[in-house]
Amino acid sequence: MQAFARLLDSLSFQPARNAKLRLIETYLREAPDPDRGWALAALTGGLDFPSAKPALLRGFGQEKIGEELFALSYDYVGDLAETLALIWETDPAAGPPPTLAEVVETLQRATRTQTPAILKRWLDALDSTGRWALLKLLTGALRVGVSARLAKQAVANIGNQPVDAVEEVWHGLEAPYRPLFDWLLHGAPRPSSNAGAAFLPAMLANPIDRSELDALDPAHFRAEWKWDGIRVQVAASGGLKRLYSRAGEDVSGAFPDIIEAIDFEGVFDGELLVRRETAVAPFNDLQQRLNRKTVTPKMLKEHPAHIRLYDVLWLEGQDLRGLSFDERRARLEAWMALKERPRFDLSPLVTFADWAELAAKREEMRADGIEGLMLKRGDSAYLSGRPKGPWFKWKRDPMLADCVLMYAQRGHGKRSSFYSDFTFGCWRDGSAGGRELAPVGKAYFGFTDEELRWLDKWVRDHTINRYGPVREVEQKLVLEIAFDGIARSTRHKSGVAMRFPRINRIRIDKPAAEADAVDNLLRLLTKSEPESPLAGGMSHAHYPGVTLTEEP
Amino acid sequence: MATETLNPRKWLYPTPRGLYCEPGDFYVDPAFAVPRAVITHGHGDHARPGHRRALATPETLAIMRTRFQDMPDTDQQALKYGESVRIGEVEVGFAPAGHILGSAQAVLAYRGQRIVVSGDYKRRPDPTCPPFEPVPCDVFITEATFALPVFHHPSDAGEIGKLLRSVATFPERTHLVGVYALGKCQRVIRLLREAGYDKRIWLHGGLMSLCKLYQEHGVDLGDVAPVSEAILETFKGAIVLCPPSAIADRWSRRFADPIAAVCSGWMNVRARARQRGAELPLVISDHADWPELAQTLKDVGAPKVWVTHGREEALVHYARGLGIDAEALHLAGREEEDS
Repeated sequence: MQAFARLLDSLSFQPARNAKLRLIETYLREAPDPDRGWALAALTGGLDFPSAKPALLRGFGQEKIGEELFALSYDYVGDLAETLALIWETDPAAGPPPTLAEVVETLQRATRTQTPAILKRWLDALDSTGRWALLKLLTGALRVGVSARLAKQAVANIGNQPVDAVEEVWHGLEAPYRPLFDWLLHGAPRPSSNAGAAFLPAMLANPIDRSELDALDPAHFRAEWKWDGIRVQVAASGGLKRLYSRAGEDVSGAFPDIIEAIDFEGVFDGELLVRRETAVAPFNDLQQRLNRKTVTPKMLKEHPAHIRLYDVLWLEGQDLRGLSFDERRARLEAWMALKERPRFDLSPLVTFADWAELAAKREEMRADGIEGLMLKRGDSAYLSGRPKGPWFKWKRDPMLADCVLMYAQRGHGKRSSFYSDFTFGCWRDGSAGGRELAPVGKAYFGFTDEELRWLDKWVRDHTINRYGPVREVEQKLVLEIAFDGIARSTRHKSGVAMRFPRINRIRIDKPAAEADAVDNLLRLLTKSEPESPLAGGMSHAHYPGVTLTEEP
Repeated sequence: MATETLNPRKWLYPTPRGLYCEPGDFYVDPAFAVPRAVITHGHGDHARPGHRRALATPETLAIMRTRFQDMPDTDQQALKYGESVRIGEVEVGFAPAGHILGSAQAVLAYRGQRIVVSGDYKRRPDPTCPPFEPVPCDVFITEATFALPVFHHPSDAGEIGKLLRSVATFPERTHLVGVYALGKCQRVIRLLREAGYDKRIWLHGGLMSLCKLYQEHGVDLGDVAPVSEAILETFKGAIVLCPPSAIADRWSRRFADPIAAVCSGWMNVRARARQRGAELPLVISDHADWPELAQTLKDVGAPKVWVTHGREEALVHYARGLGIDAEALHLAGREEEDS
């Protein structure tokens, strides 16, 4: 438990992806079985036991140091599990601290009445980092910035395997994953990937723009709308039914309506959407359904999930991934024609003779729920990862707005000495007459290294106030911000939130007074608005906006 | 010892310039320049320049001279641990505080009553200074920087072990270790040496003069060198000590993919460590943690305790629970420093 606790502790402070990987790899190599398997389960969200209630922890704390001191302590630390971990004192007489395996296996068996006594014994035996990790496990929220995918990448790295090889066998395995470690570290045979509804690593597309298209022969490519939902894989075999995210996370629990509707066997690639009648609901609606362990009946009724299929990987006991896109498409269409399934439909092909015609269709398409086009070579096999050449995504042009830099904050890791997080605003009528800036968003990428150095120096030279780590700057610098969408927001003063904002250009040529007004952004919310008042690239003014992006 | 009639607050009390001792006509650790000052130790919020006369330990005076351009206009009076001197009607002595080199508790005796102004202190061993010595007294004035039950500083060796483990895990990166220039810096170097780390330790230029002073006082720091003197040095795998503010400064850009380690008692609390941008927080503090504060109240056995700078409320509550007549004492000019 102590080694796992040190790992969680290090991960929680380490922002860089590669450093996180290194920490997990080192732990997985050094920790014994079955501890490392349970650790992997914890990091991939695969541990499940009855969680400890906050009241229990608060009671423990008050018992230790009294109500008043506990209240002062909690007030200062601000996190219940951490407060308890810190005030508790290690008892040298408590014996050796438990191993992670002991903790997990005991908790899985313990009854609710047994848990408090067991817990106290462990708290006595562990050090404060150990207590913190234990309580984080128990309260069900590790929050150390590690995705399941990252943990799988780490485990693949220790065996010098590609992460997709781990992904293929993953869902046939159970914690503590002994056969996985035996394969990766001790040369045992690779575990079978044929175990029911396993996840098959997804094929991803590269971005492309209009100018690059001319080098390609349109006759080789098929086009589909790029749906603004979540890419998923539906897998069903031998009675098992699963819904996976594009990264291989099992999200079946959040979508019982989909799982229930699966009356077939096979593996399909498609887009998860919320659909009412025939219309696709904005991404916002889908977001309501994400990241939930259980779903209420009301949620199921008001946000019905739907899958729009665009590929088939496995059908009638056959792996189709080696076939061409055209052959797979024919199989998919034939299969869809056999039976009507209300929760599933087919993503149509967009026909075109040349790039100009396709470009025109892309320009004309103004429907919600579409964020561009997918281009797939007709002869492309289904390859995992992001191969260069066969598949492209041709996104809609971003919206642009000229905003004024207001605040800057230093970044993390390599950027910790640079002011690289920028808050910018647009004009509106001030309360005391005159115009004032209201913050409309925050961006921390889109610029080159050279531009970052320039911005950093500009911030240092134009600081007028400091609030802790934040610098307020003179309202002089105009930034052209590109963003994928905009939504009404009650959390932002300006009333709008941008989706995926980034710094497109630094407009040293433009006076701050000529930057855009908040009203201009508000007008983008209105579907009927024929022509955007903002500069450039505003062909799709009505766009479902959210602040979360599913595909960075 | 105590006479029933003498109220200690009549002869030692806070003023806007600092804690004033009336029958001796001097201030203890005043926040501004005064005619006569008694200084417990060299940190900036206790030792300030410009006093006409200053009484301190020889080491503290040496530190002040290094920081304040030799202080030619201050009449400096050195007093060793265990010795005492009479100022006005008050007998003033120094006892070790275990905080940093030269740190002392000021022991003030007047008309049979004894007040100990402990300054800043800690109880665990520190290779750079003698340990805290409990002095029985009528009134004990204690700091309260880490006076909450959440502050349990772990063992120094364990924290240094964390740093060395990180250096082993990321051998191609530079470990930038943020330390306060006076005390923390030299203690961390000694702790690294005690853990067997014998490679050169690189220093930010701002740390050099006080390291030199410690070495002159017999603290062996081993092979240390300023970053500015490095020739063709990539700092890959190196440990570089710097003031905490330098980690996020442009100065740090010369290093290979640095990891920010910060040594401070505040690192005990995650939110504080994140605020400071620490990737590797190390809980190494020169202040007493909660159990040390509690132990000290018992060791000095004072019936009255005055609590200054920090989380007074919790310590006052705790002391009253022990039957001690405790109250908060609000002093001017005390800040949360890098502790």
